[in-house]
Amino acid sequence: MRSLIDILDLSKEEIDDLIGTACDIMDHPEQYSEICKGKKLATLFYEPSTRTRLSFEAAMYELGGNCLGFSEANSSSAAKGESVSDTAIIVSNYADIIAMRHPKEGAPLVASMKATVPIINAGDGGHNHPTQTLTDLLTIYKECGTFDNLTVGLCGDLKFGRTVHSLIAALSRYTNVKFILISPDELKVPDYVKDQYLDPKNIEYSETEDLEAVIPELDILYMTRVQRERFFNEADYIRLKNRYILTPQKLVSAKKTMKILHPLPRVNEISVSVDDDPRAVYFRQTLYGKFIRMALILKLLEVQ
Amino acid sequence: MIIGTIVNGVVIDHIPAGRGMELYSKMKLDRLECEVALIKNAPSGKCGKKDILKVNEEIKINYEILGYIDPRITVNIIKDGQRVQKMHPALPETLIDVIFCRNPRCITSVEQEISHVFRLTDREHGVYRCVYCDAQADKKEK
Ligand SMILES: [Zn+2]
Repeated sequence: MRSLIDILDLSKEEIDDLIGTACDIMDHPEQYSEICKGKKLATLFYEPSTRTRLSFEAAMYELGGNCLGFSEANSSSAAKGESVSDTAIIVSNYADIIAMRHPKEGAPLVASMKATVPIINAGDGGHNHPTQTLTDLLTIYKECGTFDNLTVGLCGDLKFGRTVHSLIAALSRYTNVKFILISPDELKVPDYVKDQYLDPKNIEYSETEDLEAVIPELDILYMTRVQRERFFNEADYIRLKNRYILTPQKLVSAKKTMKILHPLPRVNEISVSVDDDPRAVYFRQTLYGKFIRMALILKLLEVQ
Repeated sequence: MIIGTIVNGVVIDHIPAGRGMELYSKMKLDRLECEVALIKNAPSGKCGKKDILKVNEEIKINYEILGYIDPRITVNIIKDGQRVQKMHPALPETLIDVIFCRNPRCITSVEQEISHVFRLTDREHGVYRCVYCDAQADKKEK
């Protein structure tokens, strides 16, 4: 019985397998529509995240399974003070697999130590969000056809944005991937991320504050939002939030084949006038998110 | 007890100066009934000053805690007044309830019954991270 807590719990081969399964589901959805009949997914969401929860539930329904759960802590046993471990033990009796979202870092790991069914970390605070990374990877694979030899620009909050760190970790396993890290000085990628994933493998990367200067080089532009809760000072937040706003003008010099990704929801960092650009794939990304979650549920349930 | 005349017990030597008391409390030596001596700021050729702990009883040593404080600490096992064994603790792979996570966003900050577990992520620099939230252990105690 396995859980998915951190994207690095999965080997590169396992990720490639998941992507293969997701592609097969996209090509032959009818072959998968009953495969989880009689199975139940519990979505234990201690904080609301409607998009992520709906993506998991849609994934389970499309596999022929069912869903149960709660969507905020107020309406759950947590409001009465039950521990995450106890809830995990009890829900293991009712469901075959659990997707857990929790505002505290490490809660899904705690749950996985006691649960008797697989746990999927659906986001633990700002810490890990492995299904977002799998979604990003499937998006890149479907849109670019490969992971190798890509120049990936990551733009915005690269300091607190853990989805960015996980994506760097996952992509660093492929051949000849180059990173361009675009952020204001205050929001640069922390040293430990470079020490862990980039420097030991001699992966080429550069850091810049200037998006427009580097946009022509990029195969992927991964935009992120700056989160208000990370700042003590409202003025800093506003200044940094408005630092990078992607507009059609900035895209003029970008490659025709470049793809724009964003984990969503966006605030203002991508102008709505970019949405109709064929390079904008961030809405398709949410569709890929459902398919990769289907593949993941199958893998963890060991359904053939 | 005359310092230096341990008959059956343990001498923990080369503790970084100033950290003997921390080790005393982390090893819960206050719970022992036997004689225990803490020597502070003893002269040491090796590191200038050092602390020493002497325990006049055979105790179970938690090498995790010693290794975390400093792998250069030496443990001397004394039997019948003779040193029978001398050991260095290695930097342990995991620390369970030796140090505590101070990240307010960590699940351990709200659920008290969870053990605080840290894993060695960088042996060269002695970096430990909380297994739940990946926060780096505070090195201020060192
Ligand atoms: Zn922690």
